[in-house]
Amino acid sequence: MTTAYKTVIGLEVHVQLLTRTKLFCGCSTKFGLPPNSATCPVCLGLPGSLPVMNRRAFDLGIRAALALNCSINKFTKWDRKNYYYPDLPKNYQISQYDLPFSYEGWLEINVAADPKKDYVPKRVGIIRAHLEEDAGKNMHDESGRGGDSKVDLNRTGTPLVEIVSKPEMSSPAEAVAYLTELRLLLRELGVSDCEMQEGSLRCDANVNVHIPQADGTVAATPLVEVKNLNSFRAVERAIAYEAQRQYEEFQKTGQRFGDVAKATAGWDDARGQTRIQRRKEEASDYRYFPEPDLVPVTVDDAYLEEARAALGELPIAQRARLKSDFGLSVYDADVLVRQGRASVTYFEAVAAGSGDAKAAVNWIANKLLQTDGAMEKIPAERLVGLLREQKSRGLTKQIAEQVFDSMLADGEDAATVIGKLGITAVDELTLVDIIRKAIEANPKAVEDYKKGKVAAAQRIKGAVMKETKGAVKPDTVDAMLATELAKL
Amino acid sequence: MTGVNRTAADLIAAQQAGESAESIVTAFLDSIDSRESKVRAFLSVDRESALEQARDVDTRRKSGKPLGLLAGVPVAIKDVLCTRGQVTTCGSKILEDFRPPYDAHVISALRGADAVIVGKTNMDEFAMGSSTENSAYQVTRNPWDLDRIPGGSSGGSAAAVAACQAPLSIGTDTGGSIRQPASLCGIVGLKPTYGRVSRYGLVAFASSLDQIGPFSHDVTDSALMLEAIAGHDPRDSTSVDRPVPKYSNSINEPVGPLTIGLPREYFGEGLDPEVESAAREAVRVYEKLGAKVVEVSLPHSRYAIAVYYLVATAEASSNLARFDGVHYGHRAKDFDGLIDLYEASRGEGFGPEVRRRIMLGTFALSSGYKDAYYLKALKVRRLIKGDFDAALRTCDVIMGPTAPTAAFRVGEKADDPLAMYLSDIYTISCNLAGFPGISIPCGWTRGGLPIGLQIQAGPFEEEKLLRVARMHEQATDWHLRRPTL
Repeated sequence: MTTAYKTVIGLEVHVQLLTRTKLFCGCSTKFGLPPNSATCPVCLGLPGSLPVMNRRAFDLGIRAALALNCSINKFTKWDRKNYYYPDLPKNYQISQYDLPFSYEGWLEINVAADPKKDYVPKRVGIIRAHLEEDAGKNMHDESGRGGDSKVDLNRTGTPLVEIVSKPEMSSPAEAVAYLTELRLLLRELGVSDCEMQEGSLRCDANVNVHIPQADGTVAATPLVEVKNLNSFRAVERAIAYEAQRQYEEFQKTGQRFGDVAKATAGWDDARGQTRIQRRKEEASDYRYFPEPDLVPVTVDDAYLEEARAALGELPIAQRARLKSDFGLSVYDADVLVRQGRASVTYFEAVAAGSGDAKAAVNWIANKLLQTDGAMEKIPAERLVGLLREQKSRGLTKQIAEQVFDSMLADGEDAATVIGKLGITAVDELTLVDIIRKAIEANPKAVEDYKKGKVAAAQRIKGAVMKETKGAVKPDTVDAMLATELAKL
Repeated sequence: MTGVNRTAADLIAAQQAGESAESIVTAFLDSIDSRESKVRAFLSVDRESALEQARDVDTRRKSGKPLGLLAGVPVAIKDVLCTRGQVTTCGSKILEDFRPPYDAHVISALRGADAVIVGKTNMDEFAMGSSTENSAYQVTRNPWDLDRIPGGSSGGSAAAVAACQAPLSIGTDTGGSIRQPASLCGIVGLKPTYGRVSRYGLVAFASSLDQIGPFSHDVTDSALMLEAIAGHDPRDSTSVDRPVPKYSNSINEPVGPLTIGLPREYFGEGLDPEVESAAREAVRVYEKLGAKVVEVSLPHSRYAIAVYYLVATAEASSNLARFDGVHYGHRAKDFDGLIDLYEASRGEGFGPEVRRRIMLGTFALSSGYKDAYYLKALKVRRLIKGDFDAALRTCDVIMGPTAPTAAFRVGEKADDPLAMYLSDIYTISCNLAGFPGISIPCGWTRGGLPIGLQIQAGPFEEEKLLRVARMHEQATDWHLRRPTL
């Protein structure tokens, strides 16, 4: 697909950290508590109260930043961002301004035209990641009767890490790939549960387009920050809509980047439109200054080394290893990695135990991951057992899946299930006997076969398979049946 | 000393000799009652609660249970410290009915020491002022001359001790708000090192400068009080985790050899001659005790007031943003929309000096001005601290007058903020540097007004500071004077 313009996208992602308590006080961060029940003098911003940093939140922030290949500031401080809003009881937010705890990193995403088939890596740059406290929630009377607005301060003070990318994504699909990879990474590391519905992952997109001109130059349109993006699908649609809108507006106005200030737009998911809310020149001056109630945080090399070591294998490395060590396809490796570390480890155990990586990934992708909790009910060594039985007994796919389902339902191993189902091993002499009986019982098929209708043998084979309950290898049956038919 | 003229140490000894805490507290409550119409030091007095605390001390003493350091000693609290369930106004209309759901660290510490909290004292609104005239409620008078101000912003706490309404009180000092009123009221006032006393529950004016400290008749009592309130508090990240010395144990040991630094900048233009001669006389007392005197220089102190009014107002503009009429405190009756709710509530709730400082601070932090004002001020602040470090390499303590003049008349500087700001000229640098300072009485003017000597030392050198101050006290009797009311 060729278009008349190139889309340029940078994402600002806010992620709630998985701490039990808030960033500067001991209140719970649990979602869905009764309004204003998880509050104290500190997060209510009562006079005289003082913040105390939650070390766990800082550690999680460091973990995220290291996984995003960021440089870490060994001296970092807190700043106040001043603005008035009822969901911000102090009327300033404790954030980080000129010395964020981390900066300059990257996240690798797959930008292949068909990401199921190919892996084409692209590094999206990260400008910075910093920590800040969340605001509460204002709830307005939407009945139109003009009732008082209400404020819920449960969320006030919840720790957030804000991750700002460089404007290095060039399509809505890349933006979604970035978010998908970021979410996987942060969930894997226990940094955040990244639930967009619950607001633990929020995303704003900075969008403009570059339009090649007849004279060989490229015109950039004014920047728009799109907010209120509540799903990955919304991110994708909003960016596509906004890019096209900017392109069309440029055709009409000719306005370029720099001609007007950056604007903020809201995404209306129901209408499928962005709507410009305000130009940034009307926006407030946040009057940042160092937070005098908190001390700067310093980190040393030993701490960073420990944090780095605790990261473990990140998704990007897992994919590469699954490909190189097990020969998995891009698609198969991705299926496993996206399910998280537990399924990768599970796969490795099954592949090693069974000696058949392809069979292992097929079983995991097609059966195991389709059922919640299957991994706990069928531990890796039991799936290895099933794969072994299947191979040695020559079980058909259908029979093996029947065994799997019983294993899942009853929590038993493959051999036990096979015994229960009456799938017994068939030796060669018995098989010959069964084949001969099947030939006798199907004279019409034999006749057809003799007339040269080779496919008629399949009818006899079907009878053999039925009799043996599938406990023989189909190609063995094919070969022996051919021998017996030749004798006639 | 007898009756309410006694010090905390006297009262502790009296109780050990059989006098009841209840009778002591009753005497001070009666003193508040009889003198309050003249002094107006208190914004609230809780007689019943005070007597109950006193009786509890007596009961425990009788049953031989262990008692705290300040058992049965009445203490007055500046109304900027949160007291659980009791109105805490900060001298402002905006918090007229505000009852905090918790006690400040200092309050918990005093309760833990079995001190008896008798009431909350008047102050300049949000601790912004040098005369206590900026209170939204009343004008406190100087017990030595009722036509004059007691200093500020902790004027109520200083006047309460000077007028013998309480032997001890708590003040806060952001630019001199303990030392200057102590000087003007003829008592002892100590600003500890920044981080020595937890600010938890202190309604912030300028967070990087605010410290809490004692007022008392003499140095020994300040040592006792500091011992009770100092120490690490995990709820205040800026509170420092260092052991607290038993200040009262070593208080009578003179420091020797002692080198005193006299900053030439503290003896220049604007210094009242009577104040200067009293301060120089105090230094001679030390010389007689064997101290060596050297001249030192604090060259950047001439920028101190400018730096202070940028840093303190910048922080204040942010600290006071929370008083918006939305969650607690004064809310305007009539408003049209959210912005108007903010403007009307704050416009009605804050007095003129607070509004002025919020505007100054907002301006100093504004984009386009922040570099020239706020950030430049932070740089000069470091230079000012550097001056102190350098000076203290050549001497043990720095001495000079606490304030350039004795107490001025009520209304005299009320319309001239700059003149008012200059009364903190010698005290402000100490806050910018974060160092401890004490003011002790060192003389009286011919007109009968007290004069204070300021002594400053290095960070966490309160023990030395108190011992040096005590040397002067042992050689003089200024600390024994009480006003006639």
